[in-house]
Amino acid sequence: MASNVASVAISAPSASLVSLRGNPKQRIGFGKKHADLVFKGKRRDWRRYYRWKRMDSSVIFFTMQFLDLLSDISFVDKAKAYNQYGDDMEMACVVLCACLYLSVIQCKRRGKRTTFYNKDVRKVDPSSVNERVFTRVSMAVTVNSSHFEGVTMAPPDPILGVSEAFKADTSDLKLNLGVGAYRTEELQPYVLNVVKKVEKLMLERGENKEYLPIEGLAAFNKATADLLLGADNPVIKEGRVATVQGLSGTGSLRVAAAFIQRYFPDSKVLISSPTWGNHRNIFNDASVPWSEYRYYDPRTVGLDFDGMVTDIKAAPDGSFVLLHGCAHNPTGIDPTPEQWEKIADVIQEKNHIPFFDVAYQGFASGSLDEDAFSVRLFVKRGMELFVAQSYSKNLGLYAERIGATNVVCSSSEAAVRAKSQLKRLARPMYSNPPVHGARIVANVVGDPNLFSEWKEEMEIMAGRIKNVRQRLYENLIQKDKTGKDWSFILKQIGMFSYTGLNKAQSDNMTNKWHVYMTKDGRISLAGLSVAKCEYLADAIIDSFHNVS
Amino acid sequence: MGNENARDQSSSPGRRLATLARHLSVGDTSLISSRGEAINTAPTAGFHGGSVFANVAQAPEDPILGVTVAYNKDPSPMKVNLGVGAYRTEEGKPLVLNVVKKAEKMLLNNPSRVKEYLPITGLADFNKLSAKLIFGADSRAIQENRVTTVQCLSGTGSLRVGAEFLARHYNKRAIFIPQPTWGNHPKVFTLAGLSVKTYRYYDPKTRGLNFQGLLEDLNMAPSGAIVLLHACAHNPTGVDPTLDQWEQIRRLMRSKSLLPFFDSAYQGFASGNLDADAQSVRMFVADGGECLMAQSYAKNMGLYGERVGALSIVCESADVAVKVESQLKLVIRPMYSNPPIHGASIVATILKDSSVDKAYVFLCFLREMYREWTIELKAMANRIISMRQQLFNALSARGTPGDWSHIIKQIGMFTFTGLNKEQVSFMTREYHIYMTSDGRISMAGLNTKTIPHLADAIHAAVNRIK
Repeated sequence: MASNVASVAISAPSASLVSLRGNPKQRIGFGKKHADLVFKGKRRDWRRYYRWKRMDSSVIFFTMQFLDLLSDISFVDKAKAYNQYGDDMEMACVVLCACLYLSVIQCKRRGKRTTFYNKDVRKVDPSSVNERVFTRVSMAVTVNSSHFEGVTMAPPDPILGVSEAFKADTSDLKLNLGVGAYRTEELQPYVLNVVKKVEKLMLERGENKEYLPIEGLAAFNKATADLLLGADNPVIKEGRVATVQGLSGTGSLRVAAAFIQRYFPDSKVLISSPTWGNHRNIFNDASVPWSEYRYYDPRTVGLDFDGMVTDIKAAPDGSFVLLHGCAHNPTGIDPTPEQWEKIADVIQEKNHIPFFDVAYQGFASGSLDEDAFSVRLFVKRGMELFVAQSYSKNLGLYAERIGATNVVCSSSEAAVRAKSQLKRLARPMYSNPPVHGARIVANVVGDPNLFSEWKEEMEIMAGRIKNVRQRLYENLIQKDKTGKDWSFILKQIGMFSYTGLNKAQSDNMTNKWHVYMTKDGRISLAGLSVAKCEYLADAIIDSFHNVS
Repeated sequence: MGNENARDQSSSPGRRLATLARHLSVGDTSLISSRGEAINTAPTAGFHGGSVFANVAQAPEDPILGVTVAYNKDPSPMKVNLGVGAYRTEEGKPLVLNVVKKAEKMLLNNPSRVKEYLPITGLADFNKLSAKLIFGADSRAIQENRVTTVQCLSGTGSLRVGAEFLARHYNKRAIFIPQPTWGNHPKVFTLAGLSVKTYRYYDPKTRGLNFQGLLEDLNMAPSGAIVLLHACAHNPTGVDPTLDQWEQIRRLMRSKSLLPFFDSAYQGFASGNLDADAQSVRMFVADGGECLMAQSYAKNMGLYGERVGALSIVCESADVAVKVESQLKLVIRPMYSNPPIHGASIVATILKDSSVDKAYVFLCFLREMYREWTIELKAMANRIISMRQQLFNALSARGTPGDWSHIIKQIGMFTFTGLNKEQVSFMTREYHIYMTSDGRISMAGLNTKTIPHLADAIHAAVNRIK
């Protein structure tokens, strides 16, 4: 009587498990990772052992007939079992054998019958090895394919991708005008002196790190509302502002968007064309519908005011209108005070709700009050509105993620209710906000000396940018003999400038001149030094006139 | 151009609200206010009449954080706050670890430190070190580059980002959470777009684990469903499976292809040993399968308010991990762009191995900081274990009816006393003991002086109210 004996031993920890029940489409078998096998012998010699590379102490013996045995007892369907080694039966056998048993099993085949023996339990019913949880001999096997098989590679962020390309460039002439973070004249990042002072004070005081309330640091919330609206503003005195600390501009926008989705599910948001790229993503993820209003006029490289007003008027009553408080990103083009008045008229007429994104207060003109003009105008008109604030640029606190969501309501009672609901949206997102940046802001604003110092540093930063604009403009009119009107550079305000260059021209800036910017023609003046103005002017003139 | 189809993809809460609004409205321009009167203006008619926020109701106070609010209002000198899970010293004060203070000082004195935006995924060093901490430095999954780790806002943020990722990219929407669990869990998952189901966990009769119920419920779960597991020190019960039970859970879950989502908020804090508290997680990762892991440094490094945590996803292959990371970025960018730097820098400074940064002058101190941390961590864990013992002794001494041994059997910051709502109210009213109404107490809020007071309160409550 011929008997083929097969014994299989396996060490448990490295065993990946596969389910043979359930979905027959599940892959059975192992990828290279799990079954990295080194064949040491010929297939006919069942006494050869096959070392399982990843299982240090296990030794596997098997016979070629084992798969047949398994198939004969309907333990596995040879036709359905497949893996990466589908055409390599040897591999398939070893793989199946190696992983199916968690203890030594002896298979004895006598003629047509096959019996299984386990060292401890003696004879084992083959059907029982297919049970779900079998203490000694577990047949549980998992699918080796990923739960995340369908996940595709996401495209890289368009703005951050510019910095990466810049880093890779080896040219000495390269200039990074991509990301919106302030740089000194030496093109170095800048931590404000007041911030360093305050951090030192905070460490000396030895403050604790307890959870903030969901709405954030009370001292910060008070300071930020005062800063935005003016401490003596009637709406603040009447308690009509709900302020909740948020994760800089993005986080504050997101919480407000979630609020809009929940309480104004039939309303949409109007955003400017163009606007900061992430605005769309925020409203998409918050499931708030949006549409665009005209804003940038490529012919004048200025504001398409008529188009803007028309589009805002055409939107359904009660829409939200996203407005940049100052220093529009990416164009740098702001409405004049008269234009702001007219925009307010239209919005009131249509019962729209203004939604301000204030990321550059104090950074645009150098004056906190001047840059808050638009928001304060609307508030004075008695409108209810939303404001998302950020301290990334004006206090250089980029990575600390400090900002706020403000809701100006018609009554203090409404403000209390609104605040409670904003908290309810923040709790399942991050529970409560980070304390460090909030303390820095509260301390700077709360101390008159530090506050003055801050205002001075802010003026310096804004001043440097204005100065660089001036130099760039002078270089352009000097070098450009065609008499093209470059004055838009001076009229625009803030960190960014829309040059009016198209995609091909922007590519030329990068490819020929090693000037890194975004494809929409936006340059970040914060990344420009006086020393490089001449070079940049040459690049712009060349791209503008010689490339179409 | 616009995305007005966003309404189609809106989350189910959004759709339900829209439906509700439609049902409540009379005609298409009016809404019923919360008091049942019709408001005859458009929902956003700010200027003409009433507020646009007229239909925004007052939200109730968060049940857990509301306990502290009530506690603060109480003028009694005897009051004890056993609500929120933040560590307190024997003197009842919050604690900033010495090693954290040291790290902050180092960071402040480093002249080359800037506050530039972190990458969307956070501080790279922090991510690597966090993965090593939870999965073990010798973890094969890490060596094979199958783990993607992103810095998030403590435990909550990590759970939310992970859940949003699953809601978008995973074909199963159901997540099974233990009964009971941390109050914020269902809210996080629901808002992310998952459908929350429960599995039996706590057995009130034994005040321990209902293991049979757990296995049965997980066995009934549809194949591929997500399962939330507390890595150690279950919140709120303090009841953890034994290692044997963990192994059985692992086998069952792998056989049904259930996707584990670990919440690890107490690594090192539960037993005092970082590796021991990570055993359950490492067991799962060692079998080569996939899982999600939400880590928090709020308790074990006392960095509560800094919001430091990490989400790790262990994938089947390095290729998958790269793709998963790219999609995680798309979840994070429209939520808060990039995470806060301060807390993560502190953690990275403490966890750094001396071999990592040879140019760094403070090199010789770094491994020291890690050791110091483990010592301070053990001290915190030991104080809590000691409080458990003392409370148990106090109740035994008073002869309080019932079996109170679960107080010393349960592990971590919280104890599920087994007291009911009425007993809890009684204790708050008569003894000024503040705790959540499910009978959960935070052992971290106790000290040698307050234990007798608490024991008296429990004794009275159990005797007077059934």
